[in-house]
Amino acid sequence: MNIHEYQAKDLLASFGVPIQRGKVVDKIEDVETVIDEVATEYEASQFVVKAQIHAGGRGKGGGVKFSSNKASALENAKTILGMNLVTHQTGDSGQAVRKIMITEALDIESEFYVAITLDRVTSRHVVMVSTEGGVDIEEVAANTPEKILKEWVVPGFGLNVFQARKLAYGLQLDGDIFKQTVSILMKLFKAYEKSDANILEVNPLVITKQGKVIALDAKINIDDNALYRHKDIQEMRDIHEEDPMEVEAGKYNLNYIKLDGNVGCMVNGAGLAMATMDIIKLKGGDPANFLDVGGGASVETVKNGFRIILSDSSVKAVLINIFGGIVRCDRVANGIIQAVSELDLSVPVVVRLEGTNADIAKDLLNQSDLKLLTAGSLEEAADKVVAAVV
Amino acid sequence: MSILVNKDSKMIVQGITGSEGSFHAEQCHEYGGNVGGGVTPGKGGQKVLNGQVPVFNSCLEARSETGANESLIFVPPPFAADAIMEAADAGIELVVCITEGIPIHDMVSVYAYLGHTSTRLIGPNCPGLLTPDEAKVGIMPGFIAKKGTVGVISKSGTLTYEAVHQLVNVGLGQSTCVGIGGDPIIGTKMTDLLALFEEDSETNAVVLIGEIGGSMEIEAAQYVRDHMKKPVIGFIAGLTAPKGRRMGHAGAIVSNADESASAKMAEMSKCGIHVVDSPAEIGDSVKSNLASLHV
Repeated sequence: MNIHEYQAKDLLASFGVPIQRGKVVDKIEDVETVIDEVATEYEASQFVVKAQIHAGGRGKGGGVKFSSNKASALENAKTILGMNLVTHQTGDSGQAVRKIMITEALDIESEFYVAITLDRVTSRHVVMVSTEGGVDIEEVAANTPEKILKEWVVPGFGLNVFQARKLAYGLQLDGDIFKQTVSILMKLFKAYEKSDANILEVNPLVITKQGKVIALDAKINIDDNALYRHKDIQEMRDIHEEDPMEVEAGKYNLNYIKLDGNVGCMVNGAGLAMATMDIIKLKGGDPANFLDVGGGASVETVKNGFRIILSDSSVKAVLINIFGGIVRCDRVANGIIQAVSELDLSVPVVVRLEGTNADIAKDLLNQSDLKLLTAGSLEEAADKVVAAVV
Repeated sequence: MSILVNKDSKMIVQGITGSEGSFHAEQCHEYGGNVGGGVTPGKGGQKVLNGQVPVFNSCLEARSETGANESLIFVPPPFAADAIMEAADAGIELVVCITEGIPIHDMVSVYAYLGHTSTRLIGPNCPGLLTPDEAKVGIMPGFIAKKGTVGVISKSGTLTYEAVHQLVNVGLGQSTCVGIGGDPIIGTKMTDLLALFEEDSETNAVVLIGEIGGSMEIEAAQYVRDHMKKPVIGFIAGLTAPKGRRMGHAGAIVSNADESASAKMAEMSKCGIHVVDSPAEIGDSVKSNLASLHV
């Protein structure tokens, strides 16, 4: 689960990490008061107005504006709050800005990149820093990987102080700035570990002209599987940042991702679902979605699956591909027949059931009055559904 | 022959008193596997599976009473990491964890813990293992498989069944089928299993099914190039999968590997794996490869 910058900063602050301070506002009429509060509480005369959306690239997209005085902050806030922000991580449709942060503006001397995540190759957490903060870090990783310094954390020991020192020396720091940075790296790892984060990224960590090291931005993604032990973080969920259909599908324990094509797919298992999309494409069709209905495929599951697939008006045909292992195909077939007859579908549906009792299932489908097309193999199913799109 | 599980395997089921645990314990038992006992802390002394199988409070007790060398885990996610480590501590040699949704930080600890033991973990979040006509330690539907000489390694569940079904349709059986799971941290990687299949005297070819994400398939491809003589037929699911909406950059810069399906397929082909573009051609491709070897 992703959280917003202001939430991530609150979380880091609770672990003692110095952050760029600010306040959140979601109504135009409250903006002025909030600017005044930021000015008084943080002794700020200059401000930054920052759109609060989960996607990165906010600055380039026009969602982060430096404001040299109150009037300009007010103007920028009015522009950004409510805008549709398009960045390279939002996709073309962009994301509506429902909240903004008004922060103090810092006098920046230099910027670093800091991130902590899992390294799948070693199955260990890795802390990464780079002097190339603020710029496109992915390009740095691709072109000059030696500029990204990494320390792997031995499980059970946490980040050792000597590792934090290695990283800080690697950033060419010394004196008090060095000490502050070591302390911040230790606290960042603690925050990452204690909150079950998948990703914790501070880009940039800045050194101010006044000699302070401060987290200017923060992105945190929390492991969904660990949310049960973080009630406080669960409350940070912002469903406005999620696709409404995916949220709807989640309510029925369905895993749905909308795509741009016109062939709807309903499959059990994520791997087979992707393989089904792949073969539709190979046959010249275009998958409209990824939908994993899980193991069961009951009447309710199939019905909900249809509702979600067909809420996308570009869908012109649907392929159901279920490999019945433990679940018997004749039961799945009955579920499909009941769901289809209750829903009164207007698009052709190709059904391919394989596994336990697949023959009985095929007979059931063929004998029903419904206009269901049946298929034996995966190949045949893909051919039929692509042909069914007119 | 086979790898990891065979007719002599003796298993216990952790979480055997839960609905999934008891259902699959029975399925494994009916397939011919030897289910010696189960473990549910606090429920020791009960008997399950029509009163035939004893339940123990701990893995240690279950192992010493039954002599089991394998454990199959259905414990709920918050307690699954602990269950895996308990099995390893009890000296169980092969632990197969079916549980889906174990927190990643828990798995980091499990992986490190297992490094100090001789226990092999398959999964988590996987369908487990099946050696046709001998034993299954997992949840794969046994009837779809047939005894033979093709080894199957897969990240996915139902796509594994699809591949096995295609093999049977072209007349090919399997030595052992292994679903390794698709989580970011898994106990046994593709490379480990490729090594076992290469050594197995009755495996003549290996099917390797991967997915987008991670770099395990790239490592596996390079292993095939450097160490394997047996033909490997590969498929990667997710050529049409949308790029994940991301936040930040850390995921992209931690490894410089290209984790897309097309990049993996390209590397696999380069390393001598017979990559099929269509998931419907897995069976046919294995058949033609074996035919050209005259085995």
